[in-house]
Formats: sequence, C-alpha cells, structure tokens
Amino acid sequence: MKFHIATIGAALAVTLVAQANAQVTEVPFYFPVAVGGPITKLIDQFATDFNKDNPTIKVAPIYAGSYQDTIVKALTAHKAGTPPVASVLLSTDTFTLIDEDAIVPIDTFVKSADDKAWLGGFYKAFLQNGQIGGKTWGVPFQRSTVVLYWNKEAFKEAGLDPSKAPQTWSEMTSMSQKLTKKDAAGKVTQYGVQIPSSGFPYWLFQGLTTENDVILANDAGNQTRFDDPKVIEALQYWVDLSKKHGVHPSGVVEWGTTPKDFMEKKVAMIWTTTGNLTNIRSNAKFDFGVAMLPQGKKRGSPTGGGNFFIFKKATPAQQEAAFKFAKWLTQPERAAQWGIETGYVAVSPAAWDTPALKKYASEYPPASVARDQLQYAVAELSTHDNQRVTKALNDGLQAALTGSKTPEAAMKDAQREAERLLRSYK
Amino acid sequence: MNAGRQAHAYLMLLPALALLVAFTHYPAVATLVDSFMSTPKPNRPSVFVGLENYASMIDDPIFWQALRNNLWFALATIPLSVGLALAMALWVNGKMMGRGLLRMAYFTPTVLPMIAVANIWLFFYTPSYGLLEQVGGFFGLPSHNWLGDKSTALASITAVAVWKEAGFFMIFYLAALQGISPSLREAAAIEGAGRWFFFRRVLWPLLMPTTIFVLVNAVINAFRMVDHVVVMTRGGPDNATSLLLYHLYEVGFKFWDQGYAAAITVVLLGTLAAVALVQFFVLDKKAHY
Repeated sequence: MKFHIATIGAALAVTLVAQANAQVTEVPFYFPVAVGGPITKLIDQFATDFNKDNPTIKVAPIYAGSYQDTIVKALTAHKAGTPPVASVLLSTDTFTLIDEDAIVPIDTFVKSADDKAWLGGFYKAFLQNGQIGGKTWGVPFQRSTVVLYWNKEAFKEAGLDPSKAPQTWSEMTSMSQKLTKKDAAGKVTQYGVQIPSSGFPYWLFQGLTTENDVILANDAGNQTRFDDPKVIEALQYWVDLSKKHGVHPSGVVEWGTTPKDFMEKKVAMIWTTTGNLTNIRSNAKFDFGVAMLPQGKKRGSPTGGGNFFIFKKATPAQQEAAFKFAKWLTQPERAAQWGIETGYVAVSPAAWDTPALKKYASEYPPASVARDQLQYAVAELSTHDNQRVTKALNDGLQAALTGSKTPEAAMKDAQREAERLLRSYK
Repeated sequence: MNAGRQAHAYLMLLPALALLVAFTHYPAVATLVDSFMSTPKPNRPSVFVGLENYASMIDDPIFWQALRNNLWFALATIPLSVGLALAMALWVNGKMMGRGLLRMAYFTPTVLPMIAVANIWLFFYTPSYGLLEQVGGFFGLPSHNWLGDKSTALASITAVAVWKEAGFFMIFYLAALQGISPSLREAAAIEGAGRWFFFRRVLWPLLMPTTIFVLVNAVINAFRMVDHVVVMTRGGPDNATSLLLYHLYEVGFKFWDQGYAAAITVVLLGTLAAVALVQFFVLDKKAHY
C-alpha cells in the first residue's frame, strides 16, 4: 500500500512538473451537429485521442448547436475579440468569414511536401467552396451531396423495374406518373416524387440547375445568374412536376418531414442529402435504393456540409496546433470512420481505399453512390453577403412553387435583388 | 426623510438597479445609437449615417411584409388566446368531476418547450398523413398543404401560438376567480341576477386588473414569439410567415447587418412601448383595484 501511494505521489509530481515545463496549447474548437447519430461522442473521442498523441496540445471541443448557431457564436466571439481557435462551419459561409476578416488561409500552414500531398488528396468538388482568390480557406470535413432514394416495392407495384432508378428528367416524370396513386375520390395517396423546398430550397434546386448545365454564381462570388434561361427552365421543370403532371405535392414541401413521407409510403422517390441514409436505412420497412440524381443535359449535384476553419485572432502557436488537428482528423482511416458512423461522404479517395470503408461499401453499395456522383458535383452556391443572396433565391423559388409568381418573374426578381446586394463587391 | 435613510434606500436598490442598467437600459440606449451608425466591417469602421438605416427599412419590402404579418398575428392571437383563457377558467372554476385533470390538461401546452410544441405541430400539419389530414380525410375533405401554402401558413402558425398561450393566461384568470368572494355570487343570486348578468356586472369588472395584465403579456408575446416560426416554416413560403422578430434575427445574425438590425429593434421597442403606455393609461382607468 505504501508503495502504491509513493508511486501515485511520484506520478503526480512528475505530471505537475511536466505541465509546468511544457507549454500546453489550448485549442477551443466549435462544432455543430446537423444530422442524427452520436456526433458529439465521436468528436469528443477524436479530441481525447488527439490530445493523447500530442501532449503539448489540448483540443477542447465545444458543441455549439446547429450550423447557424455555431456561426452566430463564432462570429460574435470574433467581434468581441476572443473567437475559438478552430470551428466547423458551413462551407458556403467562407465569403462571409473572409469579409469579416475572421479566418486565415490554410495554405499559410502547408509547408512540407507531406502537407502539400495532404491538401492535394481531397476530392476537388469538396475543396471548391473553400478556394477563393487563389487560396484555400477551409479543410473539407463533414460533407454531403444530394441523392435520390426510391422505394423498390412501390416500383414493383407500379409495374416498373425495381432495380432501376430514373436516369433522366423525362424518365423521372414518366415513372412518377406511373407511381402516383389516387383513391376512389381522386385524392392522391402516393406521389411519384418529392423535392423538399422549405428552409433552403436553393440547395436542391442547384441539383436541377447543374443538370441543366448552368452554374448559379461566378467563382468570385459577386455575380449570380438567377435569370439565365436555363435556370428558369430548370425551375419550370420543378413547378411542372406538380402543376402540370400532378406527380409532386403542391406548395412548399417541408425538408424535415420528407424522409418520413418516404418511409410512410406517401411518396415513392425523394431527393435529399446522403446524410439521411442511416436514418432511412434503419427506419424504412421496405426495400429501397439510392441513386445519383437523374440527368437533364448532364448529371449534377451540389456538394453541401461543413469545412474546418482556423481563426485569425488566435495566436500562431494555437493556429499551428489547430492545423495539426485538422490534418489528423482527415487522415484516411479517421475520415473513413467518420463517414461510416455519420453518413457523411469520406472526403478523400485515400479514405475510400482503406480496408474499413472498402468493406462497408461492398457490404452496403448505396453508401458509395454519393462518392460516385462526386465527379459531377459542383460547389454549393456561395457569394459575398451569402445568406442574403441565397434568401433572395429561396424567396423566388418558393414564390414560383406556391404559384404566386411565374418561374420567369420569380427568377428575374431574385436576380435583381442579388444584383443590388452584390453591387458593392464588384 | 433624512439623508441616512435616503442613502440606505438607494443602497438597497443598487443591486437590482445595476442589473437593470447593465442588461436593459444600456443595451436599449446603445441600440438606439447603433441604429444611426453604419454596420462596421473589418476595413470600414462604423460611421454616423443619420437616418440611412431607417430609409433602407422603408425600402425593404420584407420588413413591411413582416410588419403586416405580425399585425395579423397579433390581431388574431390576442383576442383568441385571452377569450379562450377566460372561457376555460370559468369552466374549470366550477364544481365538477375531474376538475384537476382538466386544469392540468389546459395548462400542459404552457409547460412544454415551444421548440417541442412546434415539432409536434409540424406533424399535425403534414400533408397526407398528418393529424389534421386524417381528421379532414374522415369527413371527406381534400388534402391540404397547410404550411406550404401562402394563404394558410400564417393562420397555421397563429393557431399554434393560441394553443400555447391560452393555458398560461387561464392560470391568471383562475387565480383571480378564486380570489373573488363567494358571498358576491350568493348576494347576486338572492337579487335574482342571471349568470350572464352576474358575469357582465360583477365578475368582468372584478377581473379587469387581471385582464389588463394578461393583455399586456399577450401583446408582448405577439411580438416576441418566433421559436415556432424557426422550426415550422423559417419565415416561408416566400416570407408569408416572417414576423418582425424573425426578420430582425435574419438581418442581425444571418446577414450580419448590425446597423439595420438596430433600426428594426428600435421600431419594435417603440411599438411595444407605445402599446404598453396606451394600455396602462387608458385601460387602467377602467379597472377597479
């Protein structure tokens, strides 16, 4: 017993001395939770493991709410002079963060050949949003794309091949017509397809516009193309699904209840994020498939989700420590684990080459659909004064979908508002 | 009163005063000042711009829509929730079976957090299989997308607010009713007064102080309750359910336009202050304490 006490005492003394000698760099790290699952536990585990590997660094993860809550907290803290050292925030907020002079480019820390190989190892589609003015501002971390889920049973009932999802827009319309069921009174009991339009309709709409071969904003983030004929055409297709063909619910469709609508068999096909895969997989009582979005003129989908940012007002030592953490977090094995446990798309080809993810993808093929779609993916719409500009587009989309404006008028109004907002950034 | 007692009184008031100044009065004054300044940007510090923020408010169609929505929201929630509260209080004040249970049932919405309430109602309103649809479908009514249609979205979120608030106001009415002496009812009965006459001439005047208190709260809540908007519609479709405070939040914390947000805050504060003053000085004269 005496021996034990002595040992503990000695250990304590050693620890105290070690702590007094080595400067421990504190890294407060904000993160949001936007999908279901044990995200907080996982992040805490990552931080603990990292701190064990790096005794001179202490990463302190702080759960900060939704994406919106997190940027509010981070930017308010930045304006008050004490921002976090690092944070995961929406990749589309990059312009806002630069305009507020809140973050530093990641390139600042990329020095060795190893660092360069690491930064070059991400999927290009995920890096796009973070690359502005020739610099990389954000490290891809929790990223997703839009995919199509289809109910194989409903396909069978409608006399369609249950193993084939629609490949083109016209196929999606014609299949939806077969899948739409009505009761004796003419009331629709099952719709063919549903694309949610509450909250952030622009994101799903970007699937349609990309497929119609048009990009909504320029790389400099100061010019939008909302009134491009191809954009109006894409919106017309969406509106027609309900107005003309009656195969899509009318009005604004709630994002939050869309997976539930699918699981309740109220709709046979839905467009939503890959992040819902785990949820639908564990709750759907029928066989379903996951497919790339159908093609218009070509295939396409926006990317979505959050990047890892390093804040400007932190000390250089803290920034270096945060960079080390970002690099550690995105190593192939860890990115693979993160992808498997959350449903996000693992951010580098190397992660998909790890035995763990290879095994997962072969056991459950739908998990790799999002990755296969990445070659067609484009950056999520992002401009200066981002949330205001996207709101102009969202309002226009909802006005067209609820029938209060024609697609053409709605997009012209949205473009006019965006021009006004972006005037000062040209 | 001597100086020592005066000092003593001020010392006693100091803690509360300090908190009020720090968290209420100073922010209000600072907001007023900020509303005349431009939004600071990293390389453009805040400068005095006079009434520019107010001018852009007048030009902002979403501000006007939010104001209009908010007035309709207030006009509907205030009388409905107060009327319902009074009716429920009168109902559960009488002697009846299961009175305790009924009171609890009416009060439950108040105890639930607004975010939870909004999530429940989101599924009530869901097209095709929501509660409302199932009831409507039973009577053969056509399916309707309550929150996704511009013409019904505002009414839908108003209903949630009434449902949430009525129980809370009921508690105040119930407490007031319990405080009214039973001898009044007996005296009225002896005089041969009917129930309606008794309510109009005895209960209603005696409840006036409570009504004023409840009204003030209802007005404030009509401009303050936005949690369910965030959960259920995020102001959509196309701003049909955007209320003033929600618009203010968007301007302040999504668009980061502090100067303009401060201007909207001043208008909101001014409106509320004006309403409260009218209530206290006009309605108060009609109340018997």
